[in-house]
Amino acid sequence: MGKDDIKKLEETAKKIRRSIVETLSSAKAGHTGGSLSVTDILTVLYFKEMKIDPSRPDWEDRDRFVLSKGHASCGLYCALVERGYFAKDLLSTFDRTDGCLQGHPDMHKTPGVDMSTGSLGQGLSVGAGMAAGARLLKKSFRVFVVLGDGEVQEGQVWEAAMYAGHNKLDNLTAIIDYNKLQLASRVQDAIDLEPLADKFRAFKWNVIGADGHSIESLCKAFEKARKNKGRPSVIIADTVKGKGISFAENKVEWHVRVPKGDEIAKALDELK
Amino acid sequence: MRGTFIRTLEKMAKADKNIFLLTADLGYKLFDNFRDNYPDRFVNVGVAESNMIGVAAGLALSGKNVYCYSMVPFLTMRTFEQIRVDLCYHNLGVKLVGVGGGLVYGLEGMTHQAIEDISIMRSLPNMTVTAPGDPAEVECLIEESVRYKGPLYIRLGKDRDPVVHETAPDFKIGRGIVLKRGKKAVLFAAGNVLPAAKAAVEALEENGLSITLVSMHTIKPIDKKLVIECARRTKAVFTVEEHSLIGGLGSAVAEIIAESGEKVIFRRIALPDAYSKYMGSSGYLRKKYGLTPQAIANRITKELKKK
Ligand SMILES: Cc1ncc(C[n+]2csc(CCOP(=O)(O)OP(=O)(O)O)c2C)c(N)n1
Repeated sequence: MGKDDIKKLEETAKKIRRSIVETLSSAKAGHTGGSLSVTDILTVLYFKEMKIDPSRPDWEDRDRFVLSKGHASCGLYCALVERGYFAKDLLSTFDRTDGCLQGHPDMHKTPGVDMSTGSLGQGLSVGAGMAAGARLLKKSFRVFVVLGDGEVQEGQVWEAAMYAGHNKLDNLTAIIDYNKLQLASRVQDAIDLEPLADKFRAFKWNVIGADGHSIESLCKAFEKARKNKGRPSVIIADTVKGKGISFAENKVEWHVRVPKGDEIAKALDELK
Repeated sequence: MRGTFIRTLEKMAKADKNIFLLTADLGYKLFDNFRDNYPDRFVNVGVAESNMIGVAAGLALSGKNVYCYSMVPFLTMRTFEQIRVDLCYHNLGVKLVGVGGGLVYGLEGMTHQAIEDISIMRSLPNMTVTAPGDPAEVECLIEESVRYKGPLYIRLGKDRDPVVHETAPDFKIGRGIVLKRGKKAVLFAAGNVLPAAKAAVEALEENGLSITLVSMHTIKPIDKKLVIECARRTKAVFTVEEHSLIGGLGSAVAEIIAESGEKVIFRRIALPDAYSKYMGSSGYLRKKYGLTPQAIANRITKELKKK
């Protein structure tokens, strides 16, 4: 990765963030904080790490992606547009009647979505199953699952973690969008996750830390995951909920609140 | 309805120090007052619904009066077996309060829509299943729930549910409320479809069809006496609900009618046994699935003509 490549990805992430702000504010609905915290992760996945072909969303050898924190759908849709899965115009139908971009991702409605999500806690199990499937089929595709930190409180996440660790699914990579906030409070005020890395290590995972808003740090983390053999990898990505809009950053309120009125121009200005 | 729920619960919690409220990370701001007033009796247990039910059971076994809150699917389906084993088997008086019954969260997709919950909860021994029709019924129900014995499921709409009862309704768990008497047919409604049912009955009245309207806010135990009495009087029975055709109010009423020997017309107005193939707001989905006042009225007119 040269400096230019990093710069390019940073520009892409910025474009995606702008799309997110435009899309959410025009829909007057959706999840701002969690879409913006996961943007850089999505950028590195879709523009660097994943083996995919936007012209063939059903290509059977493609890497698979599961957005287990499905409420960040807007972030995913904007990344898919930027990567060329469908036209940007469609974003104006986000969360609208008769559209194809539902509040939570639906694999039957949107090209490029590998798994329908929205009920938290289920994605890592499905991802582990896909990874096990790849092995059975003797395929080399890899599976990536993004989870929210609040989501990690679901017991099923730990059942999946145990299963993947036990079965040494090294073609599976989980990414935790560790923005320290959930729907109603700070994560530590609901159920603290710490020590999170130790928990995954104890479950036989390869644990990698990353700055979830540094393209370089994320690229390095994904490289480590790719090279790792014999264990599933988890990238614990430190992020900021609402990243990129100063007045939305680190605020619980911005979980479902979307920019309106003057805020829209202000947000877009900050994302120039 | 959720605003009425929490305001009523706060009022009850003031008098009753045993009342506990657990949420699985839902209700941002909604519970601020409750938490500030009763910090020791409010817990956000995190995004962990199944654990919430187990913890509620444990607290109930320690003499606490526990209310659990989440969205309907996560509250009733993720947690089904915990509800069965930890609550129902022991007949523990834990209250399950679900927001977003039916198609309320239409645009969020199937994960957030709830069309099977009444059926599922109804199948559990000891469980009482309720779906209040408006905020006035919610208030009465929450007040009565505090002393209610055994597990109780409360299916709410969301916010901005219109008021149907202009004066305080004569509410009792297990007893339907007759809103209006008519001769040609009876319409039983459960849950947040009540305002649409009422509008449909009013439209039919203008066209000369007088219909009895019942808010059947308790689906289990169902008000058997009222069902049979209304069937006998009108000879035509309709049910309406924002729920799958399978296992909800329509099924509960059908079971009574079938065994009663009454010869009546019987039709269920409900959602098909299918996940929505449309994407849209609850208003749009109601149109698509025939749950608007107009569609309900048309359906009743058509069926009565066949008679
Ligand atoms: C099973 C389940 N329970 C509850 C919800 C409602 N819900 C949606 S987002 C959310 C908070 C998630 O927090 P986190 O995973 O940290 O997401 P982020 O902060 O990254 O947006 C909750 C409770 C849900 N979608 N699914």
